[in-house]
Amino acid sequence: MKYIKFLLIGMFFGIVLVKSEAVSWYRIYEMFRFQSFHMYGIIGTAIVSGIILLQLSKRNIIKGANGSPIVVPLKENGFKRYIFGGIIFGFGWALIGACPGPLYILLGTGVYSMAIVIIAAIFGTFIYGIIKDKLPH
Amino acid sequence: MEYLLNPWPWYVSGPLIAFTMMLLLYLGKTFGMSSNLSTMCSILGGGKISEFFKFDWKEQSWNLAVVIGAIIGGFIATHFLSNDVVTDLNIKTVEELKTLGFSNAGASLVPDEIYNLEALLSLKGIAILIVGGLLVGFGTRYAGGCTSGHAITGLSSLQRPSLIAVIGFFIGGLIMTNFILPLIF
Repeated sequence: MKYIKFLLIGMFFGIVLVKSEAVSWYRIYEMFRFQSFHMYGIIGTAIVSGIILLQLSKRNIIKGANGSPIVVPLKENGFKRYIFGGIIFGFGWALIGACPGPLYILLGTGVYSMAIVIIAAIFGTFIYGIIKDKLPH
Repeated sequence: MEYLLNPWPWYVSGPLIAFTMMLLLYLGKTFGMSSNLSTMCSILGGGKISEFFKFDWKEQSWNLAVVIGAIIGGFIATHFLSNDVVTDLNIKTVEELKTLGFSNAGASLVPDEIYNLEALLSLKGIAILIVGGLLVGFGTRYAGGCTSGHAITGLSSLQRPSLIAVIGFFIGGLIMTNFILPLIF
């Protein structure tokens, strides 16, 4: 039953991303052609709201469920992995018009071909796990 | 009801995404939608081949609940919370896409030219889906996160690695959309 809350959060997230059109292939295309403010507006207001919420939690105004402070895990330092990995991710994001959340959300909207993309994405993650030590990080 | 059924404006959607992130942090978890791909690798026995997938996936199974919820959320949103409004794209975008061979831009969430059965059964079509998926799956793990983990969580918590990753996302996306897509279509 502890999974119910995560299921509900996922449902909420899925509805928000469909209603915001952030799962639209066309919106991603439009963003990378600088032809619309829409996606920049979504990402921008998400970050600004996120900064405000996290600053409030830093000042202990917002606390975690069990009263403990809210902790955002820190990304390890580095440059190469973030820029190279980011570019590779960007290629895929713009090609299929979906990042990992929308992959599943779009499957739910009835885009069944997305199952192939999801399997390929799992395999892509698997390849990373195998060759990771040979890559610059 | 009309407000609910129409597409939501960006200034409503953005804060709601931040709220999703806070809900997960409140429960002691992280908002990062790509983690489930690693969890799936671990469940499928990836730990036997790579140390990277040798972790107790049961502790990560909550992110599979989020994934199943996201699928249900997508279903609910299209079947019960939508009217058939066409995505309000820039006229220039629609014309541009038409010259690339995409008809009815914005009529659905994804182009038929990439996602319908006919495309799926062509060599080029299936190659696009597989290559796209591989790039997303490989890139997100190499970069240590995706749009939710880096662009939303990482930038909201003012982390430099996430800024570099997001710059990478945009370099890759800009090259794909502006230079490679016109070659493919």
